[in-house]
Amino acid sequence: MNTIVVGQLQRQFQDYIVSLYQQGYLDNQFTELRKLQDEGSPDFVAEVVSLFFDDCAKVINDMSTSLERPDHVDFKQVDSGVHQLKGSSSSVGARRVKNVCIAFKECCDVQNREGCLRCLQQVDYEYKMLKTKLQDLFNLEQQILQAGGTIPQVSMN
Amino acid sequence: MAARDGGVSCLRRSEMIGIGIGELESPPLDSDQVHVLAVDDSLVDRIVIERLLRITSCKVTAVDSGWRALEFLGLDEDKAAVEFDRLKVDLIITDYCMPGMTGYELLKKIKESTSFKEVPVVIMSSENVLTRIDRCLEEGAEDFLLKPVKLADVKRLRSYLTRDVKVSGDGNKRKPSTPPPSPSPPQLSCTTSMESSDSIVVDDDSLTLSSESSTSPMDSPMRRLEMKSLPV
Repeated sequence: MNTIVVGQLQRQFQDYIVSLYQQGYLDNQFTELRKLQDEGSPDFVAEVVSLFFDDCAKVINDMSTSLERPDHVDFKQVDSGVHQLKGSSSSVGARRVKNVCIAFKECCDVQNREGCLRCLQQVDYEYKMLKTKLQDLFNLEQQILQAGGTIPQVSMN
Repeated sequence: MAARDGGVSCLRRSEMIGIGIGELESPPLDSDQVHVLAVDDSLVDRIVIERLLRITSCKVTAVDSGWRALEFLGLDEDKAAVEFDRLKVDLIITDYCMPGMTGYELLKKIKESTSFKEVPVVIMSSENVLTRIDRCLEEGAEDFLLKPVKLADVKRLRSYLTRDVKVSGDGNKRKPSTPPPSPSPPQLSCTTSMESSDSIVVDDDSLTLSSESSTSPMDSPMRRLEMKSLPV
């Protein structure tokens, strides 16, 4: 094992994950999920967020259909979708996605279609952005493991 | 990928093996192990709660609706209970807001039953609505957990369980291998006008509760008091 390389990768990982928290992409719940990962379930976090992203894609698609026709918006369906996304984003620590959902719910409550469309676009952007960021993070994890190192535990106070 | 339409387990065995969630090499239901029935319509939340419970040495059955839960317990009218020699559920943990049957309605049905009314029921909700919490506690819920659920929350639940089971440590250790010593329609029906008129809604972000809920006392009334004293 090349300890210098491992050390560098670990520092890179640490800096990256800290930046994700500082920029508000992730919150404490993501830390909680990382606690649940171990040698027996080494890909737990990656798998849960993958399910979350699949969920996002599907729900966003459904809401898009509901919002499509200006004269015939199914706000109940949209509200249901927002509720679902707010819940699951909260459960995985996807802070920005969750925050968009809060604004989205407000638009839905007052049946503001334009507002909903903006929020829809934003939530789509945010989940995709997070997906990219986390993919980079998981890649770093893999590099560390392949170099023979261990993933650092990062505590965010 | 996963079975979205529910069923008794939220994932088929082959899928669980494939993604490494759920320790399938664990033994079949054994009378010393705590068995928890988890109810949540969200797949992501089911996965998380299942993992949280397994990591604290519980056997978990996760279902996606109140109806499936009743079916599993044999409390629905038509079907017989799932075949175990003795169906043993030590704790039921359910989401509040679910389409069709809410967690509150499920709670009532469980408390009305002769076979399961003694089983502690814990309600989970993403919304900190005090009238909602009160209603659930009055109906006999053991506790009310605010989502997102954390490891500390689940560890605290162990105090409600009749069996004395060792809890594994935090984080990266595997569960101990030795057995413990001696348990519509998509329309959400949880937001009623009755509730929203006189309730105080505290948004998650404005709460200043520490993330370690193990700092709050075990009994649920104390947790309620703690939440009531927070600035709104």
